[in-house]
Amino acid sequence: MKLKGAIAFATATVAFTGFAAFAETKPMDVSFEDGMVAVSLTGQAGDPVEGRKVFMNRKLGNCLACHQNADMMEQPFHGEVGPALDGVGDRWEEADLRGIVSNAKNMFPDSIMPAFYIDSGYERPLEKFDGKSILSAQQVEDVVAYLLTLKE
Amino acid sequence: MKRALLTTACILAATAASAGEDSTLSIEGEDYITQTAAPEHMEYVDTIYSGWTFRTDETQALQMDDFDNPAFVFLDQAIDQWDTVEGSEGKSCSSCHEDVADFAGLKTSLPRVENGELVTLTNLVNECVTERMGSKEWKYSGAKMSGMTALIAHQSRGMTMNVKIDGDAAPFWEQGKELYYQRVGQLDMACSNCHEDNYGNMIRADHLSQGQINGFPLYRLKNAKINTTHGRFKGCMSNIRAVPFKEGGPEFKALELYIASRGQGLSVETPAVRN
Repeated sequence: MKLKGAIAFATATVAFTGFAAFAETKPMDVSFEDGMVAVSLTGQAGDPVEGRKVFMNRKLGNCLACHQNADMMEQPFHGEVGPALDGVGDRWEEADLRGIVSNAKNMFPDSIMPAFYIDSGYERPLEKFDGKSILSAQQVEDVVAYLLTLKE
Repeated sequence: MKRALLTTACILAATAASAGEDSTLSIEGEDYITQTAAPEHMEYVDTIYSGWTFRTDETQALQMDDFDNPAFVFLDQAIDQWDTVEGSEGKSCSSCHEDVADFAGLKTSLPRVENGELVTLTNLVNECVTERMGSKEWKYSGAKMSGMTALIAHQSRGMTMNVKIDGDAAPFWEQGKELYYQRVGQLDMACSNCHEDNYGNMIRADHLSQGQINGFPLYRLKNAKINTTHGRFKGCMSNIRAVPFKEGGPEFKALELYIASRGQGLSVETPAVRN
């Protein structure tokens, strides 16, 4: 019993320390340089498999609403509002993509593209979204990791 | 291979969505103006298009035959309402207005300024309901009001939109224009981002229109009822995760005037059918 408790405590400590060491960057603390974000928002690599789901999900990234993506032909409706993303992993560096997904307006000021990682600065947000970013830091990293797999 | 597939899929999607863009809206032998030169005040658009032109063949067809148009069920209910006495004065609409057809032309000029206030068709109906009938105000986009405003606006079908935007209307029009270009909500979008910069493009399964309101109040397949302009504005704002302005409030009335003015020269289509 005592031993079990000690193990649980040790595990919790490790988990907590691990989290503290890679504390994620809060939305308004992200450092942009020429629209790019050099460092991972979570200190961890993104998961492209999760990123693909976020890209497709209408309540998360819903990237497909505006961007065609040949890697997602099982999905019937591809938007035409933004550029097609085929080969986007060849054309952009990781830091560019992280910057664009987090807040595209730093690179393209007039863009229709929502900023996926800001949690203030917008007008009249619905209460349930107020003070929140569209995606979490890890979801941004996952989408970036997925986009980097889109090579031609 | 994948690329070829994508191209084919997009061509198919585009064909399905825009097959009717060059076709003519004709109802009961009468042709409607669904595209025309943009009014002078529009800086970034050359040609204006009715929302009808962006819909699928099937949706377009529903509007081309009044028997198939599901909106007429609701107009029939409004005709019954027209003769229904309510309120303390013992009056119905028909007690004062002999024939609803006398309202031909009214929709083309609304919203308009009366005694320094911007008024919509809904305001005019509610003025009668409360002041002359002595009844309780009808809910702005409720079933009774949306049906009645559709019936009255329908009397102008085929006439061209022509709202006043200068003189005493100017400050309201300016306010509406400002709202049109103001980004709101967590998605941080203005009306213009979709309906001026991207009309004709697909946004996932939806073919973006210019957001014209010449067909309002109209029937939407999505919710199977008559929809009002303010109800639609509210829906758009919620979609971009913004707190909508109040239906019947000064913001939406000003926006309605501005958007109506972006459709100057299009035919009134009430009751239109949209997705």
